[in-house]
Amino acid sequence: MSLVELKQVTKDYRMGEISVQALKDIEIDIDKQSFVSFVGPSGSGKTTLLNLIGCLDKPSSGEVFVNGTAVNTLSNKEAAQFRGQYLGFIFQNFNLLPVLTTYENVEYPLIMVQNIKANERKKRIMHYLDAVGIADQKDKYPSQLSGGQKQRVAVARALVTDPKLVLADEPTANLDHDSAFKIIELMRQMKRDFKTAFIFSTHDPKIVKEAEIIYTLEDGKIVGKKIGAS
Amino acid sequence: MKNIFKIAIRNLFRYKRRTLMTSLLIVLGIVLVIVFSGVSVSFKSMMIGSITDSMLGHLQIHKKGYVSSIDNLPLHLNIDEKGIKQLDNLFEKHKDIIGAFSYRIKFGAMLSNFQETTNIRLTAVQPQMENAACPRLVERIIGDIQNTSKFIEKGKIIIPENLAKGLKLKPGDEVVLIANNKDGSVNGLSLKVSNIIEGLLGPSGRDGFVHIDDAKILLRIYGEEINEVAIRLKNPDKLGGVNKLLTDELYQFKNKQNTPVFELHTWADLSPFSTIAAIVDLLIITVKMVLIAIVLISILNIMMMSVYERVSEIGTISAIGTLPSKVLWLFMAEGFSLGIISTIVGNVIGVLALFLINIANIHFSFGRMKNILLETSIAPTELISVSLIVIFITIISSLQPALKASRMQPVEALRHV
Repeated sequence: MSLVELKQVTKDYRMGEISVQALKDIEIDIDKQSFVSFVGPSGSGKTTLLNLIGCLDKPSSGEVFVNGTAVNTLSNKEAAQFRGQYLGFIFQNFNLLPVLTTYENVEYPLIMVQNIKANERKKRIMHYLDAVGIADQKDKYPSQLSGGQKQRVAVARALVTDPKLVLADEPTANLDHDSAFKIIELMRQMKRDFKTAFIFSTHDPKIVKEAEIIYTLEDGKIVGKKIGAS
Repeated sequence: MKNIFKIAIRNLFRYKRRTLMTSLLIVLGIVLVIVFSGVSVSFKSMMIGSITDSMLGHLQIHKKGYVSSIDNLPLHLNIDEKGIKQLDNLFEKHKDIIGAFSYRIKFGAMLSNFQETTNIRLTAVQPQMENAACPRLVERIIGDIQNTSKFIEKGKIIIPENLAKGLKLKPGDEVVLIANNKDGSVNGLSLKVSNIIEGLLGPSGRDGFVHIDDAKILLRIYGEEINEVAIRLKNPDKLGGVNKLLTDELYQFKNKQNTPVFELHTWADLSPFSTIAAIVDLLIITVKMVLIAIVLISILNIMMMSVYERVSEIGTISAIGTLPSKVLWLFMAEGFSLGIISTIVGNVIGVLALFLINIANIHFSFGRMKNILLETSIAPTELISVSLIVIFITIISSLQPALKASRMQPVEALRHV
């Protein structure tokens, strides 16, 4: 069974009188433990596609299955519960909570979403902080970290709930070249170590090459699928 | 819940200056209410204490219909021996709540210094009973009173200050009282001025005191007869309950026409100061309304700003699976924490301010009462009520911004820059 399956998915946005079709007849199948990239220019529909897979938005037509669940039919509350249980998110701007330390940011989904007990929580957090190589920064606030370090915290936060799939929207866009490659390498290593699928979007051709499967989008359509260098 | 409050408090301290300004505004509002309540309630209690302890008692019993014609000081509405016995039994039955009572005869008379004559209102009392029911009456008497239980003796009269001045009377002078008895015949009685008494609120008082036995002689009352009973309660705070209890019991005493014999009034029914007391209460409510407005506007403002500034953050926490109900709680907890912290600080500063007023030894005058020490105090229930108002309004004013945050669609919130 596929981890992600999109059938005849379209997404329209209304901008005043005009209707804009952001996605057109998307058909995708992504297996478990994949390392997939969506590539394309700005406005090609990468973020919209990630939002649909991540149950953050609903398609105008078609069906979206994630881990066997038709996520397009979920209510807001059900979608939140589904995201908390099966999905992890990494954002372009890191989106760490500025009032929480590194440790507390990774702890947040375990307390507020999954309600994990303190002992188990501590074990898991330290495990993932070690895995992303940021354990020594655990008491620092986001404002005290570099961009690369922040994104490592974000990776740890995305993985700490043991999700089936991590969605990363332009995770390297705000990082320098070296940090960007390190983050992609980290994600790939995490995929191997924790058997989690990763889908990330990018418009950086050098980064794209790192993916196992590359979907190319243009004007809301998938115009190509190829196997990556890795 | 602990973690929700931890995040809420950290978010509050994230915008230190704004939080401090809002908190300061709420603290000032609470201090204003506490100080105003402390001063005005103390003033009110002191005035009520003066009125009840030196004039009216907490409750008064008359024959039915007496109070409606009290200005005429009628003598045909006296309570006879049978009525007095009924009242004696009633007071004996409730001696656990009734501290003291005083039987009085109130009547109008002409007062003459043998050169000039004027009218006077007299209260005839048995001094020991009166002193027990109105222990601060003697404080209004000018000059030394050796034995407060014998502040008026037979053959003596205590005359009001303004009449003493007008008739140029002083203690030791002889005067004549002329009064109509209830049959309409006139009688006179020669008495000696023992003391001068100050009016309670101003120089317009025309109330004097004589011994009840002299009044009986003057009014040709043979046997036991009175027209007013002043009652002092052991616990004035229970006035409402005792009033109801005694009203119900007095209602049982009926005359031949099967109508009630007695009527019962509280001090507030009989004194115009009750209107001032009501105005004081109204002012306290007004100040509380101002506090409510301050809390409502400031919390609503800070929480709205908080939500608008953190749209992207709301998107993030929603995206990673935080339920809308928890997003609601996060923002509610923020407003609630601000309210709680401000309430605690406001209460501490407010009580401290009252303490400072007390140690500053502030004196003031009211009417004839000079050099009154301003002794402020506030009941714990008042502090609790102010705190609950602030907390309740905090919750109400946080609700709208918190609901707005919880209803945000994560995809739209994440798009927000």
